[in-house]
Amino acid sequence: MITKRIIPCLGVRDGRVVKGVNFEGLRDVSDPARLAAHYSGQGADELVFYDITASAEGRRLFADALREVARTIFIPLTVGGGISSLEDFDRVLKCGADKVSVNTGAIRDPSLVREAARRYGDQCVVLSADVKRVDGRFRVFARGGRDDTGLEAVAWIKKCVSLGAGEVVVNSIDTDGVKGGFDLPMLEAVCSAVDVPVVASGGAGCAGDFVELFRGVPRVSAGLAASIFHFGEVEIPALKAELREKGINVRS
Amino acid sequence: MTAIVDYGVGNLFSLSSSLAAIGEEAAVTRDAGEIAAAQRVILPGVGAFADARRKLSESGLEGAVLSAAESGKPLLGICLGMQLLFERSYEYGEHAGLGLLRGVVAPLAGRIPAELPIPHMGWNALSIVRPGGILKYVSQGECVYFVHSYAAWGCEDSLCATAEYGAPVTAAVQRGNIYGCQFHPEKSSRAGLAILRAFCELGGGPC
Repeated sequence: MITKRIIPCLGVRDGRVVKGVNFEGLRDVSDPARLAAHYSGQGADELVFYDITASAEGRRLFADALREVARTIFIPLTVGGGISSLEDFDRVLKCGADKVSVNTGAIRDPSLVREAARRYGDQCVVLSADVKRVDGRFRVFARGGRDDTGLEAVAWIKKCVSLGAGEVVVNSIDTDGVKGGFDLPMLEAVCSAVDVPVVASGGAGCAGDFVELFRGVPRVSAGLAASIFHFGEVEIPALKAELREKGINVRS
Repeated sequence: MTAIVDYGVGNLFSLSSSLAAIGEEAAVTRDAGEIAAAQRVILPGVGAFADARRKLSESGLEGAVLSAAESGKPLLGICLGMQLLFERSYEYGEHAGLGLLRGVVAPLAGRIPAELPIPHMGWNALSIVRPGGILKYVSQGECVYFVHSYAAWGCEDSLCATAEYGAPVTAAVQRGNIYGCQFHPEKSSRAGLAILRAFCELGGGPC
């Protein structure tokens, strides 16, 4: 049976890995290729890279870092951050990305999802949604969680899946950086609405949070986290051992 | 030397990097002569069947792939490249494949329980029914990385391994010198590199 995936996420600025807490207060952590090799050796099932620079020079450094990762690490790589055109897809796919995640770019122009899926296949297009409760409703936020788009999250995600997104990353702004566990109600709402794989993001603080994620929302395919891995608070081998002990199927 | 057939479908960066990592000389090529000269040939592919099939014939490389198959040199189809080896696909209509293997390509939807996500995406365990070949360095139950919404069915005569996803899904096939894997060895870490190494150790036809 298919295993649940554990995915470290690496935010990259000017070619270096950083992690924001609630999207603010970025800290410099490490070299992408070194961190990627470390995670792959530890049993990470996939890696996500978010380019959080917008400058041309930052993009160039990101491309160099990504190529270096893809030359040496043989697990799936997803790249996101500033993807707003087919040219952007092309740019990162040429550097070795397997999947490309779109967020604000899709909000600005949903046809990007359809065009990219048509050109590169559904499996290549990941919809990433930053979601926050507003008046008790799940709403989609743009630009790294800064702008309330007014879009209802589940409807938005369903629309993008119908346009061709082959996977969805749900990042709960409400739980991100809090380390109190994943946002199970939000994930349940999304999982019951779409039939593509759903990746949970935002809120992991300890190994037990992943156990609760996969038990609480069995339909979730993967758990994604950043800082707890970067700062060694959770080591992937120990995390997988605990999941296995609790009867959750993971890759050894 | 291993030729990776570049017919304009998908990203060959990881595949060529993974062959380099196991010390195999590989050429990403659109040159029929180079394919003919190679000891082994890999047919990659992602995306939609009909589109890939059209690009393979428009690139003029379909003949080179068929000649490689006929010459007896090892030919490995990966993911959609594997699906192209079969007789027919029912992905958005009905399309003829290369007919090198018996079986058809059809959706997972309807053949697996409805609650399972599609695509079948992630690491799944190999259930090896015919060991050896490209699987000779892989243990029973080892995980490899899949991402696909269609699969090969009715290919019992070439079946080497399946992966359980609500039903046994065709994972690896072989008939004579024709090999295929539905998963991505170039994305399957140690197990994937071991599979590529086994393929690159296959003797193959004259250089």
